[in-house]
Amino acid sequence: MAMTGIDLPPVRPRTGLQRPGALRRLVSDYGQELVVLTAIVALFIVVTMVNPRFISTNNLTSIFAGNAYIAVAAIGMSMVIITGHIDVSVGALIGVLATISGTLAVAGYPVWVAWFAPVLVGMAINSVIGVLVAYARIPSIVVTLGALSILRGGLISVTGGTWISGLPPEFLIAQKRLLGLPVPIIAMVVLTILAALWMRYSAFGRSLYAIGGNPEAALATGIPTERRTVAVFAIHGAFAGLATILFATQLQVIQSTVPPNLELTVITASVIGGVSILGGTGTVIGSTLATILFATIGSALIFVNVSAYWLRAVIGLLILATVLADMLRRRGRA
Amino acid sequence: MTAPYVSLTGMSKSFVGVKVLKDVSFDVRPGEVHALLGENGAGKSTLIKMMAGLYTPDAGTIVVDGKEMKFASTRDATAAGIATVYQELLLFPEMTVAENVFLGHYPRTALGIIDWPEVRARTRQLLDQLDTFDLDVDTKVLSLSVAQRQRVEIAKALSKNARVLIMDEPTASLVEADVQRLMAVVRQLRERGVAIVYVSHRMSEIFALADRVTVLRDGAHVGTRDIGEVDERELVSMMVGRPIDSLFPKAEAAIGETVLEVKNLNHGRHVRDISFALRKGEILGIAGLVGSGRTELALTLFGMTPATSGEILLDGKPVRIASPRQARDLGIAYVPEDRGLQGLVKSMAIRKNVSMASIEGVSSGIFIKAGAEAQRALDAVKRLGVRCRSIAQPVGELSGGNQQKVVIAKWLQTNPKVLILDEPTRGVDVGAKAEIHTIMGELVKQGVAILMISSELPEVLGMSDRLLVMNGGRVTGVLDRAEATPERVGAAMTRLETGEAA
Repeated sequence: MAMTGIDLPPVRPRTGLQRPGALRRLVSDYGQELVVLTAIVALFIVVTMVNPRFISTNNLTSIFAGNAYIAVAAIGMSMVIITGHIDVSVGALIGVLATISGTLAVAGYPVWVAWFAPVLVGMAINSVIGVLVAYARIPSIVVTLGALSILRGGLISVTGGTWISGLPPEFLIAQKRLLGLPVPIIAMVVLTILAALWMRYSAFGRSLYAIGGNPEAALATGIPTERRTVAVFAIHGAFAGLATILFATQLQVIQSTVPPNLELTVITASVIGGVSILGGTGTVIGSTLATILFATIGSALIFVNVSAYWLRAVIGLLILATVLADMLRRRGRA
Repeated sequence: MTAPYVSLTGMSKSFVGVKVLKDVSFDVRPGEVHALLGENGAGKSTLIKMMAGLYTPDAGTIVVDGKEMKFASTRDATAAGIATVYQELLLFPEMTVAENVFLGHYPRTALGIIDWPEVRARTRQLLDQLDTFDLDVDTKVLSLSVAQRQRVEIAKALSKNARVLIMDEPTASLVEADVQRLMAVVRQLRERGVAIVYVSHRMSEIFALADRVTVLRDGAHVGTRDIGEVDERELVSMMVGRPIDSLFPKAEAAIGETVLEVKNLNHGRHVRDISFALRKGEILGIAGLVGSGRTELALTLFGMTPATSGEILLDGKPVRIASPRQARDLGIAYVPEDRGLQGLVKSMAIRKNVSMASIEGVSSGIFIKAGAEAQRALDAVKRLGVRCRSIAQPVGELSGGNQQKVVIAKWLQTNPKVLILDEPTRGVDVGAKAEIHTIMGELVKQGVAILMISSELPEVLGMSDRLLVMNGGRVTGVLDRAEATPERVGAAMTRLETGEAA
């Protein structure tokens, strides 16, 4: 078979080589994701035994719908980290985008304009970040730290800290249901699946893993690393915009602040979901599962009567355990 | 004949159930160079690490100077007079030469503080003994060349009164001139009665230096011979376990029309006014010292550092190459000097590395066809004889030679017209090296034009149809295969201006 570009007779033929079986591939490609999934299932079983009300539909939809925007933001964040970069400004960005979206909605623009504006503005702002990272070669942590200050400071200055109220009811898409399910849950699941397929099976997705794994080799293989870096930041901006829609339309008002440390929560979701902080590995399925895990832990603590303040400590332990596991894995193949 | 200073008997060692060393015996006498040979994974490193006290053997005895010893740590081995110069030099770049040499055993004054004048004087003395008069003891190590750092390491070993010096591939990262100098140092140490264990892949050094040679294969002792009793061919076949027909199997390929022509190419200080032509089916070797502009020329042709002036013609048509992507699309492939840095994504599976440069070829629309990709990787792995568990194995787990084959496989997927190989067999063991040479031969038979850069003179001489010699960023000689002798190439490598070059 002349599949290879250039035919060569076998140097020393090897037999018994084949693609590994489906199960082994699942475990080797999705190890961390399976761990997180198992943790979620185990948590559900244990907490439900302690307090059966935990498994009620009401509780589940509120857990998942209320946190879906974090999972959506974590999809873009995972792509950025896989490419070997980081963005610590996404929380501030979501705050700015939410204010833009709400202001447009209140000003009487059609709701679709209010929905699409954050996506476009998110892409535009993050493209600038991407250009600074890719072409000016400033480390992404520095660029996004700067962006964090600018966006957060700018937002407070412009809004003066006031809330936006009087949002038109049709704008509040996160409160709506489709096929009996809250829209945020559907959005989270659909976007995760699409992004996962795209990352795994597209040449673009593959190139992001290559750049994160070894940027020099990626460049020397003909991958346009600079263009891809700008593109991944822009896509991340689009996901931040989508996350904003889910976040801003949850309540009747939009606050000019986002939950504290939102960017860290998003980064944590990626890392616990198996995205290596050093770049090159991980999936968006992992970050979504990790978001669900946090939400479940947060709710579970309440149901078993433990102070919700423990949530941060538990998540902290999870981060350390995950990064340690990642380091050990890397050492094994160095 | 003197009695051995160190002798190891029946050494065995397993790691997680895998036997890496099986009942190996080895000894070294004062005033002798005993070469240790074997392919990667043959057990050389394990054996020397036991001698250095880094690993404890599962079975076997170590006798030093007539007394049986158990090394619990490297400290014990050092105390017994055994010192090792590893391939990766273990010096502190921010410290001076003298500080490094006596680190851990600084001479003290009566008051117990470090006697710096003594440290510096004794370091000077040690360096002088190594004929290294040109090295200042107060220079920071970070400003030294690899060869100089190596001599600092040797001085460090001698400062501990080493009776046995283990050298692990000391010439792997040295250029030819430094290799000669190192060999002189080794000979001198031998004359002073030091016992030397010399690990190397390079046959020429072994025949020039060694008194005896021991070959390991797959963790077992294959044989120990006096150097006068063996020839190169026999040693190679002992190492790989099968006879090797020829060390440099130069395939006879029909040389066709010109594929690549370069006219007055310039980039910075290292690519100056370069002109040459490369023909179909030809292997054009590039020889030169490190820093002569060989790699820089390759990088310019491949678009990593685009040319600032000059012309590149491909199949007679002028082309502009501003990025590796353009070079790839034009049919130029580059297998880089440092495969870990520029050739591979080590955390990725073999399959993904193989398809990386030709991802469009296994995609329909925006999606990759997983089946076609896997099939290509399987074919490539079989054709190039990559030894791996499966194509899903991360490339970082493979040996150097197999990693190199993956890089070559990646580029063959792009169907290149011009293949640039930069140090294609550096850090690759003898068996894999011969295989890579065979692959090169097959490629030129199919009409690929190869540009090969190599620091190893026998390799360039053995494989090339023509030879381009570079120095100071310029071509200082073009030699046909018939007229390329080591002397002529060496002369051209150190020549400054183009002499009778074509």
